[in-house]
Amino acid sequence: MSVSAQAEPASRAFPIGEPILELDSISLRFGGVKAITDVSFDVREHEIRAIIGPNGAGKSSMLNVINGLYTPQEGNITFRGQRIDNMTPAKAASLGISRTFQNIALFKRMSVLDNIMAGRTLFSHATFLEVAFQLPRARREERQNREKAEEIIEFLEIEHIRKTTVSQLPYGLQKRVELGRALAAEPQVLLLDEPMAGMNVEEKQDMCRFVLDVNDHYGTTFVLIEHDMGVVMDISDRVVVLDYGKTIGDGTPDEVRNNQDVIDAYLGVAH
Amino acid sequence: MTGQQAGSESFPKLLLHNAAQRGAQPAMREKRRGIWRTQTWQDYAAEASALAAALSDHGLKKGDHVAFVYDNRPRLLIAIAAAQALGAVAVPLYQDASGEELAEPLRSTGATHVFAENQEQTDKILEVLPTCPSIRCIVYDNDRGMSQYKQAELVGYDTLLEQGRKASGEGSGFLKEAAEQVGSDDDAFVFFSSGLNKSANGAVFTHAALIERARVLAATEKLTDKDVTLAYLPPGWASQTLLSYVQPMATGFCVCCPEASDTLLSDLREIAPSYLLVTPRMLDAIVSQVDTRMEETGGLNLALYERGVKVAQRVSDLTHAGKSVPFGDRLAKTACEILVYGPLRDALGMSKLRLAYTAGDAIDPDMLMFFRSIGINLKQAYGATETGVFVTVQRNGDVKPDTLGTPLDGVELSFSPKNEILVRAPGLLKAYHGNAKETAKALDADGWFHTGDMGHVGDDGHLRIVDRMSDVGTLKDGTLFAPRPIENKIRFSPFVREVVVYGDGQDHVCALIDIDTLAVGRWADTHELPYMGHTDLASQEPVYGLIGDFVAEVNGEMAGDPALAKCQIERILLLPQELSADDGLLSRTGKLRRHAIAKRYRALIDAIFAGADNVPFDIGIEHVGAEGEVHTDGLKIRNVKTVNVSQMRKAA
Repeated sequence: MSVSAQAEPASRAFPIGEPILELDSISLRFGGVKAITDVSFDVREHEIRAIIGPNGAGKSSMLNVINGLYTPQEGNITFRGQRIDNMTPAKAASLGISRTFQNIALFKRMSVLDNIMAGRTLFSHATFLEVAFQLPRARREERQNREKAEEIIEFLEIEHIRKTTVSQLPYGLQKRVELGRALAAEPQVLLLDEPMAGMNVEEKQDMCRFVLDVNDHYGTTFVLIEHDMGVVMDISDRVVVLDYGKTIGDGTPDEVRNNQDVIDAYLGVAH
Repeated sequence: MTGQQAGSESFPKLLLHNAAQRGAQPAMREKRRGIWRTQTWQDYAAEASALAAALSDHGLKKGDHVAFVYDNRPRLLIAIAAAQALGAVAVPLYQDASGEELAEPLRSTGATHVFAENQEQTDKILEVLPTCPSIRCIVYDNDRGMSQYKQAELVGYDTLLEQGRKASGEGSGFLKEAAEQVGSDDDAFVFFSSGLNKSANGAVFTHAALIERARVLAATEKLTDKDVTLAYLPPGWASQTLLSYVQPMATGFCVCCPEASDTLLSDLREIAPSYLLVTPRMLDAIVSQVDTRMEETGGLNLALYERGVKVAQRVSDLTHAGKSVPFGDRLAKTACEILVYGPLRDALGMSKLRLAYTAGDAIDPDMLMFFRSIGINLKQAYGATETGVFVTVQRNGDVKPDTLGTPLDGVELSFSPKNEILVRAPGLLKAYHGNAKETAKALDADGWFHTGDMGHVGDDGHLRIVDRMSDVGTLKDGTLFAPRPIENKIRFSPFVREVVVYGDGQDHVCALIDIDTLAVGRWADTHELPYMGHTDLASQEPVYGLIGDFVAEVNGEMAGDPALAKCQIERILLLPQELSADDGLLSRTGKLRRHAIAKRYRALIDAIFAGADNVPFDIGIEHVGAEGEVHTDGLKIRNVKTVNVSQMRKAA
């Protein structure tokens, strides 16, 4: 099953490297509400990093900070050793940071293929007129983008729904398509916001397998938020635990599992 | 078409022959990443040549056995050709089988090399590797997820191919040399039947036997190298490998491989094959899809479709009865051909189909006639794993709904005193692999193969089959009881997925019925019957009524047939779970494993014959995630109306 791939972490195709993304003392406030308070952690290249925590712990806010949807009041983001001030989603994308959303954000009335092709925007340089007249560069890019899109479709085993409109698909498949669109941007870091929420056991297993396979095959670094503890512990290399916007634990799944603060926050304290 | 010159009687030689004669013609097509990619006969030969060279370096030699756990892919065919070029024997296995199920044939053939399609298949082989010491080399094709595997036995297909190309060059020189060492009477394949019996025996075939039979079939059906087929059934099933490997070698036609199993119907439409092997289950799926979509369309289209189907049926009935078709109907049929049948065939991917065999199971005569009436040449044929290619086929212009056709050239049929079908033909199995005792039992001294099927040939020369010999029993009063003809009648209901009838040694016949969740679910929806899943649906009184009424209808039909009149079904039980191959209750090709079912549901069967109305049964759900299982107080058993034959006779 999916978890077996983690059995020998030493023999990975892309061994875990240096920190690629560092978050230093991040604080985020909405008016008087503190969403994140002084959170620091790093993400190493090629690793699968999980952020867990109870509802309202600031997990999604943290992802939004990373890809520039929110600007934190305090703290620094460093990507590949370079400090990034005022991160924006566009900047994040051009740096190679892609993401999926908790509530699927696909183009519902477009086909699966078109959605994935949309993820190739960064690789399309032809101008409007070049595309309109199908000039050589536009055609070459179209072909290259389609090839990449087809590679992803094969990888995610969604050949049978290539031409299906997204709105007609069941939830689990839409999640997979969203992953596909994020992959189309050939990201170095992929942020997944609750990729397995609302899925049944089989869909979760499939999604785990895809995450591990993408990591193994493309070396993509993952930062994922997840509610399902079992899933997190199975596939992550390191886990950071947030509660009320603060870090209460950080380490390997085993370390986190045995951390008393985490046990109290996540599993509840006997009062 | 193909020259029958001496020396072309082995697969490697045929491959070279095809590469020389029709080198630039397509031999294989595969849809990958949205595009159909073609490999010509020359490509086929060159890749097989390089692969053979590499396999030789990896220790494969004449007489070794090579197992294949693969879906239909060009690389499967190339790998078989490469193995056979070295004089090795190919053993295609069922790719859906579990590791344990694979271990048995791997051990019994002593396979030294295994081709596994991907990580999933490799995992299965690695799992049983400790119990299969003969395996020295495992070749995996798709390298996804394989980077962490360090076992010494593993080698990638691409690596192998590269090694081979380096060692032997780009052309097919190695193949030419190697082919000289392969004799026509050498073993070429070991086929395992889909496992109806516990200890599956592998049937050994020589190159010459399979090639000669494939040529006879090609001549009978006028197959040429312009034909195109689509390979989508499990390659472990002899019929599929014969269609996708043996027949193309002998005839030179092109084999297409679908992109994924989910894309079969759209791939079928894109390819529009001229020759196809279909299973009754697939036809069922097609018909119900067409019906549903027509109903959704509604309006003029639906009216035209319904009209067209009616006209087709009327004309076909008249033609079969040998009556002349009135002018009005002929006109209507022509109009429907343009407005309905043509577009329908196109939508089904059957616009160019000129030959389709149903195989694997009995087909509903109405279904057969439906496809024939819309202009698709669907025919029945008979063969067993041990007979290689079919032994009887329905000839064009002589198709009857309830027969399996007439013997091919060179085939002799005979019958034992107990009506067992005996076959003598040039293309039979040579032996069961490593099992002289079983071979002697099945293949007698005069060369007759005992099929284990009961049947008879009618006055028209057509073969008709009754049942497996081992399944035929007698009722208490001595009436002959053959379960399959009865089951077939019931299975043709759209609401029934599978059915098993019992009656051997009893005073009446009963049936365990596995309902079709989708069809019955739809029926429940329209009848405002609330239900939760299969188990709940199968326990509802109205559903018993629905199925019971159908069985009663079948009883009425059986009453009119002297052979079946006493075998009417008196009691039925709807099974709480679908019968599945993963539970070992069906074979991998979807056939009933009667004894396994009887063993599993012994308590139910006993209760039925004991006359109970209700039987407690622990469903014992093993599936992951099936929480909150429906609590049943027991399974219902209901009586079904039967027709009293003696009274009917009086009335008549």
